[in-house]
Amino acid sequence: MAIPALAVPALAAGFADPVHDAQRSFAAVMRAMSEPGLPVPLASDLDPPAPLSREAAACALALLDYETPVFLDAALSAAPAVAAFLRFHTGAPVVDDPAAARFAFIADAAALPDFGAFAQGEPDYPDRSATLIVQVSDFGTGAIVLEGPGIKGRRSFSAAPLPSDLPARLAANRALYPLGIDLILTAPGGVLGLPRTVKPVMED
Amino acid sequence: MNAPVTASSMPAITYNFAYLDEQTKRMIRRAILKAIAIPGYQVPFASREMPMPYGWGTGGVQVTAAILGADDVLKVIDQGSDDTTNAVAIRTFFETTAGVATTTRTQDATIIQTRHRIPEAELKAGQTIVFQVPIPEPLRYLEPRETETRRLHALADYGLMQVKLYEDIARHGHIATTYAYPVKVEGRYVMDPSPIPKFDNPKMNDSPALQLFGAGREKRIYAIPPHTQVVSLDFEDHPFKVQAFKEPCALCGATGVYLDEVILDDKGGRMFVCSDTDHCSTRQAEGHTGTMSAPYQEAAHD
Ligand SMILES: [Zn+2]
Repeated sequence: MAIPALAVPALAAGFADPVHDAQRSFAAVMRAMSEPGLPVPLASDLDPPAPLSREAAACALALLDYETPVFLDAALSAAPAVAAFLRFHTGAPVVDDPAAARFAFIADAAALPDFGAFAQGEPDYPDRSATLIVQVSDFGTGAIVLEGPGIKGRRSFSAAPLPSDLPARLAANRALYPLGIDLILTAPGGVLGLPRTVKPVMED
Repeated sequence: MNAPVTASSMPAITYNFAYLDEQTKRMIRRAILKAIAIPGYQVPFASREMPMPYGWGTGGVQVTAAILGADDVLKVIDQGSDDTTNAVAIRTFFETTAGVATTTRTQDATIIQTRHRIPEAELKAGQTIVFQVPIPEPLRYLEPRETETRRLHALADYGLMQVKLYEDIARHGHIATTYAYPVKVEGRYVMDPSPIPKFDNPKMNDSPALQLFGAGREKRIYAIPPHTQVVSLDFEDHPFKVQAFKEPCALCGATGVYLDEVILDDKGGRMFVCSDTDHCSTRQAEGHTGTMSAPYQEAAHD
């Protein structure tokens, strides 16, 4: 059937069950942040505009609202439907200045921006720091070894694509503790938390 | 699918799931994630009025309401007991507003909301314990100004706390603090564990469970992720020690647990029994007895 010329572009739907889908998405993120480096299942039936992934969209709908300025990376900014989707379903203001954002969404993980561009928190209020939600294509084990709260002994993970200097960046972030940014990686079917407390174990 | 829960006892009132509105839950959830990322640090949050007085644990109730899902199984304890007025009221509140399953069995719960105890049964990975906190700031009695305590935490300047504990030693010959005994989390933030007996402090260290703390009146949320180092403050010449009890539980014979004194009569008769009622009744059902036990058949009939 022909689409009427004046029709408003269809906006992708939000959570089918807003209360419980938000709770389930949050519960997965909470578990992921509590046990860094552990891939935690996150089922999302959202169908957001590309290149926003359905898991990143679930995090957005669970956590964002008018109180949380959000920054979108170049890949997401290039698709205006993404900002429209987030504005419509969350009310979060989309900001150009990464330092002003409470949340940042990164679709091009290989071009992960420098963490220093984002709010690091303040000495009296280290919670006033950004959370970066970074889309990767899959999780595995092995490449990066972590220690820290939430980890009994050590835990290893891998995720691709990510910059090869990610362990060094995480270590630099950890050195700012209790300041620093927190990362949530999303991949098809799951999320993985990298809060500022993680200490990458450098092999040499 | 997304229908509000209707309380059968109050047919005219409908609630959002777990009472809180979704915007409030999101705000609390964001605070919880930052609290987990900065273990022991008190995250401010915009505490809401709840349909119960502050002394009833509105901070813990808000945290539980924000994390609770339809599939969770909730346990609520007050001083170790599932059956006090406070514990029953909070358990009923969540049965009514969220329709979730509840339990008294520590091992069956996915979320345990507690006032002033940590269960004796070891918590498991995947469980979350939510503490009700009256005064979240461990430095409050030493420094009343919030701007100053924030500064001291920012500088990790905990000299005041050391002085306070040392004054205890000077006055009593030992550290006299037995409840809300301060801990240092992951070598950084000094934290009030809430008014649990110091007996429970070691259970916080390296726990497989996630520990969340909510203070309603003071509008603070803080957290200890699983497997996080939690150390009770002490001195080399006065190391931290937990309370020890001379006799086992009079009902189940348990040792190495926290006991409450129960007055039996007005002639000085008394006994010591497990503060954790689930732990005690589980042991009794398994056939363990104490000096005051009724014959087992009677005990099994409650
Ligand atoms: Zn007992």
